[in-house]
Amino acid sequence: MPDRLAVRKTYKLYVGGAFPRSESGRSYEITSAEGRFLANAAMASRKDVRDAVVAARGAFAKWSGATAYNRGQVLYRAAEVLEGRRAQFVDEVAASEGRDRDDAAGTVDAAVDRLVWYAGWSDKIAQIAGSANAVAGPYFNFSVPEPTGVVAVLAPQSSSLLGLVSVVAPVVVSGNTAVVVASEDAPLPAITFGEVLATSDVPGGVVNILTGRTAELAPVLASHMDVNAIDLHGAAAGAATDLEQAAAENVKRVLRRPDAEPDWRADPDPHRMLAFLETKTVWHPMGV
Amino acid sequence: MPVFDYAPAPESRDIVALRPGYGLFVDGAFTEPADGGTFKTVNPATEEVLAEVAEAGPADVDRAVAAARRAFDGVWGRMRPAERAKYLFRIARVLQERAREFAVLESLDNGKPIRESRDVDVPLAAAHFFYYAGWADKLRWAGFGGDPRPLGVAGQVIPWNFPLLMAAWKLAPALAAGNTCVLKPAETTPLSALLLAEVLQQVDLPPGVVNIVTGAGGTGRALVAHGGLDKVAFTGSTEVGKQIQRTLAGTRTKLTLELGGKAANIVFDDAPLDQAVEGIVNGIFFNQGHVCCAGSRLLVQESVAEPLLERLKQRLATLRLGDPLDKNTDIGAVNSAAQLERITELAASGDAEGAVRWQPECPLPDRGWWFPPTLFTGVSQSHRIAREEIFGPVLSVLTFRTPDEAVVKANNTPYGLSAGVWSEKGSRILWTAQRLRAGVVWANTFNRFDPASPFGGYKESGFGREGGRHGLEAYLDA
Amino acid sequence: MSLLVPAAEHLPDALASESTLRRFLHGLPGVDQVGAEARAATLATRSIKRESKRWALDMAVRMTDLTTLEGADTPGKVRALSAKAVRPDPSDPTCPSVAAVCVYGDLAGEAAAVVAGSGVHVAAVATAFPSGRASLAVKLADTRDAVAAGADEIDMVIDRGAFLCGRYGEVLEEIVQVKQACGPAHLKVILETGELATLDNARRAAWLAMAGGADFVKTSTGKVTPAATLPVTLVLLEAVRDFAALTGRAVGVKAAGGIRSAKDAIRYLVMVNEVAGERWLTPEAFRFGASTLLNDLLLQRAKQRTGAYAGPDYFTID
Repeated sequence: MPDRLAVRKTYKLYVGGAFPRSESGRSYEITSAEGRFLANAAMASRKDVRDAVVAARGAFAKWSGATAYNRGQVLYRAAEVLEGRRAQFVDEVAASEGRDRDDAAGTVDAAVDRLVWYAGWSDKIAQIAGSANAVAGPYFNFSVPEPTGVVAVLAPQSSSLLGLVSVVAPVVVSGNTAVVVASEDAPLPAITFGEVLATSDVPGGVVNILTGRTAELAPVLASHMDVNAIDLHGAAAGAATDLEQAAAENVKRVLRRPDAEPDWRADPDPHRMLAFLETKTVWHPMGV
Repeated sequence: MPVFDYAPAPESRDIVALRPGYGLFVDGAFTEPADGGTFKTVNPATEEVLAEVAEAGPADVDRAVAAARRAFDGVWGRMRPAERAKYLFRIARVLQERAREFAVLESLDNGKPIRESRDVDVPLAAAHFFYYAGWADKLRWAGFGGDPRPLGVAGQVIPWNFPLLMAAWKLAPALAAGNTCVLKPAETTPLSALLLAEVLQQVDLPPGVVNIVTGAGGTGRALVAHGGLDKVAFTGSTEVGKQIQRTLAGTRTKLTLELGGKAANIVFDDAPLDQAVEGIVNGIFFNQGHVCCAGSRLLVQESVAEPLLERLKQRLATLRLGDPLDKNTDIGAVNSAAQLERITELAASGDAEGAVRWQPECPLPDRGWWFPPTLFTGVSQSHRIAREEIFGPVLSVLTFRTPDEAVVKANNTPYGLSAGVWSEKGSRILWTAQRLRAGVVWANTFNRFDPASPFGGYKESGFGREGGRHGLEAYLDA
Repeated sequence: MSLLVPAAEHLPDALASESTLRRFLHGLPGVDQVGAEARAATLATRSIKRESKRWALDMAVRMTDLTTLEGADTPGKVRALSAKAVRPDPSDPTCPSVAAVCVYGDLAGEAAAVVAGSGVHVAAVATAFPSGRASLAVKLADTRDAVAAGADEIDMVIDRGAFLCGRYGEVLEEIVQVKQACGPAHLKVILETGELATLDNARRAAWLAMAGGADFVKTSTGKVTPAATLPVTLVLLEAVRDFAALTGRAVGVKAAGGIRSAKDAIRYLVMVNEVAGERWLTPEAFRFGASTLLNDLLLQRAKQRTGAYAGPDYFTID
């Protein structure tokens, strides 16, 4: 009795809530840590970046205009769906990152919990980052944090799921939309994560995931005049300075590349959310 | 015969599986009370007995506190906060899943219209669990220090006006902060708390983390006076709140109180009139006026009083009073015979003291406890109906001439829970809000609640806040 | 400014000049948008079932202005629609006729020929519908032509440009003159609330229209989004209620555009009932400007009659 032939998954981009191929028609081979062929991933081009930014900008008004409660509910739902697909992700992370199953399972569990952690922040950010300010005059003065807009994210190169969730969730929980460049060599969990988002009431365009050569895609994002901020985490060490210089053209908010890769399993803090917030302060007189 | 007569549109009761009897929920299981005492809970719209419920005596309260203590020391107090959070998220999700069931049960036991229990009580209860679930593993950023610790075991006594919602307001922040709880629901409305206990079992909440001891005033007193509590939280009448404060004087038990109110709803001459009318109606007739923060005193600027009252009376004539399970009912039943007597007595004092009563034409059902929406004009500050909390659908209308006078009159009460301000002028709203001695000020709206928004009173309306980041303080050793 | 305006006797000082008119309109009570939307949303939770639903469905049919306003309209199209207006459901003789057929003025004659004797009115849009951007002379000629062709109702558009730059007197004057040009025809004044943008403007425009002699105030042309919404119709219902209290005259309200389902229509009827009152629960005082709505009403009527859900194959397209 012959073994059953598997129906292999095609990995495309995740843009505007749909899964298109790269407009360039290119793809590249993804192999496991041992060199075994896993899949061909789409190799995104500068035009795909352009389209993703358009999708992200198009989704911003509605996503940032949703109530914080609603955004929290949506991210929690994404965590539920991710948990439901645990086995699939354990396989993909194990293959992509060369981990054994137990280790990969721990990583996937941490990714689910990380998403839950950020989901719970949506309606609390304003309470830690906002304030009523005691100005010296008959004015009601208050400061509120607001999402900055479209954020480009260079996802971690080595942590294909946990690292990805840890850099994407904090961007979108406050109402930003994101264009994400997945890990170049381990992009498959990112696209499957796109499937989780697509089935979790996350509106199309809120998160867009591109796979391909980081060195090719990052400069396009860094110089794009309709991108408001960029997280340089996954940039190559030698490239970060040039990217930051390109970002200066429209005064992007830049989250710089860290010197060392963090321990993604460790408990996070709010800085990744605060990095992509503006603060608006309003004055209003108090008088009859 | 109205031209457009809405046919009855009853929500079906079938979704609720009422049991003839309910035990206490202690240490994760339903059990009989030690001395076997029970009491009946009744549907106030029909006077039909819904179920027999266990009455917890001192031995039962003691057992519940001990279970809570064991759970705190052994499980809950040691649990990783992220795991605690996930239990609370589960509870929120199940409340959403069983929303219809809870709404129907709440209307049966309390008498409030199904539209309110369906659209307000149950969604807000779920939202409260969602909100506080999110804080459980973020306490170090809540503004209470780098490593705030829970207090331990909390005893919580809640009223009959929003039974499920008050249970959520008490349990969610306490559990999120790492405490365990003993909850005492009101004696006329125990059923939704007991259904919540089933949800707690469904989500596998460890035994003893939440215990529910049903009973009346005696059970509440036994709980509050139990020396083994680290914290007491009470929502109810100011009179009982004072008794509790006396009982706990000199002890180390922390206390928060959410008591009565006599809120002023201030309408300036530049108010958006039609929306102000809605706000007034919502303020005093929502939940039959059984709301601590009800806008029970309308303070209307004299220059606009006549047009406002005319619109208000027209609007009152469209309110529909009747079967709480009818989806088109606006005003449901008064929760108990005792409460109806109180409302009737106070309204009679309004007549006796010279105020002018007005009610729209409002036929009342034969059985059950009902009071029609009522308006008193010509009320002055010294009238009982302007000073005492009626806790019913009775609005007292007073006038003022200037903003200063409005503020002075609004503040001229021992209470300080809430207030309303209506004006199209932002500065005026903020000026007034700044001067009102009330814990919640609603501007151009009324009776808006959100788990992210702190709620609580000044003066004899109590102390402590529920909701928001502030709501954690009551349950942390900070 | 004409002193023959009905209601002028109640508002003479207000209408005396551009600046007094502005002060009057700006002195009307403001509308809190959030509050108005909340009230509309609460009214939309009313559950209308059984005999009250059957009554509402029939009333909604009787209140429909069955509409076609396309550049591609032909006599054939208009005649077919007019036949449907008279007999909406050939399989059910108990189904009432609609209130009116609503067409472009140059095709009013075609409609009139078909509906003659049935009681169904012929409403024609006029005054350079939908934009309203033409000279007053053209607008008046447009109106007269439509009436001559057989329209007994005229749906005019106000000059939104003039309104938005505060030339209220101009807007008022146009309405007054169009009303005169209508002769015996009744006048609906389309405010195009979607372009007026705020509920405060909707309230002011409604008062302006009523002061100018409107028989009906109408939300929209249906060519701009948003068209009719529950909150904006709520504001118009409050305005006509208040105007009636002041003058004794009940001006009607027409909600047009975007009302596609029977469920929507019933929500509007609930709002008419509880905001304006019973006096407006008649085709003489409330209308729906719609096209696809009618078939959904017929579908729901069939379900009420037979107990089973009907399908679109059983009703005519036009």
